[in-house]
Amino acid sequence: MHIPDGYLGPITYIALFIIMVPIWLYAGYRVRKDLRSKQVPLLALSAAFTFVIMMFNVPIPGGSTGHAVGGAIIGIILGPWAAIVSISVALIIQAFVFGDGGITAIGANCFNMGVVMPIVGYYTYKLISGNSDIKSVRRIAAAVIAGYLSLVIASGFAGFEFGIQPYLYPAVNGQFPYMPYDLSVTLPAMLGEHILFFGVLEALITGLVFVYFQRNTPELLENKKSKKAMLDKVPV
Amino acid sequence: MDNSTKIIIAALIVLVIFTPLGLLAVGETFGEWGLEYFEEKLGYVPPGLESLSSIWGAPLPDYGIPGLGDTTVGAAAGYIASAIIGSVVSVGLIYGLGKILVKDNSS
Repeated sequence: MHIPDGYLGPITYIALFIIMVPIWLYAGYRVRKDLRSKQVPLLALSAAFTFVIMMFNVPIPGGSTGHAVGGAIIGIILGPWAAIVSISVALIIQAFVFGDGGITAIGANCFNMGVVMPIVGYYTYKLISGNSDIKSVRRIAAAVIAGYLSLVIASGFAGFEFGIQPYLYPAVNGQFPYMPYDLSVTLPAMLGEHILFFGVLEALITGLVFVYFQRNTPELLENKKSKKAMLDKVPV
Repeated sequence: MDNSTKIIIAALIVLVIFTPLGLLAVGETFGEWGLEYFEEKLGYVPPGLESLSSIWGAPLPDYGIPGLGDTTVGAAAGYIASAIIGSVVSVGLIYGLGKILVKDNSS
């Protein structure tokens, strides 16, 4: 889902940078407000985790390939704002150093994978888990569904960004300047393969990591506010 | 370093070692085609796409280390090296950001 340089015209990629700047600033502010220095190693490892997970390309019938991102599980564990920071860092390194995703498309890719995924993942998880016990099966189901939806919806955004190019930049002398396929092609292509395959992979990884944390370090999954209140009582 | 951090690092190392599995997928991802794809399918390369596509030359394109060659072993080694570089740079950047952003309120 890493959109390369050239597929999106300037209107789209500039608009997505303009959307991303306040999101990055607010995410930085929230990390400053909510995260303690003790949690920095976890944030750093989450960026490395999403970087490496995205390297696992999986082939699917029809000849296409894709990968999971880990965006939902990072959002569930660290909160969506910290996740935006860590996934964006991984995506920016991938673009600049490894040419995976375009430089001009950094705003778009950070929006699709770095913002949509943790926000959809976090709120889906919250909504489904409700007040259930941290160790409950309901929370595993919530994490799995959160993982699935997060990647499927992110792929819908990418498909939409691809597919509006022929409308924004119609053909000149029979040649489209940017992505030549419109929404009737890009939406089914992106959504289809993520609904059938990559979403399932993301769901599986989200569930596995969630169960690991649930069994071993459930305190990391506790509500942020109650944890903060608890920590604030510890004398300095 | 607490125990859970150690386990996460261990899991990450295992993942890094297995990243060359990602090389087994040889298909083309939708929307990430090379320029030849358009030449073949449309008979032309979209001109805006062509000019933007060369805007940046990544030092380690496609997670490969230049000079390691196109052999399976070379590609696998390049992939693992890229995973290590990516992880280390990710961790370093977040630590740098963390120093700026996060107040020291751990104690």
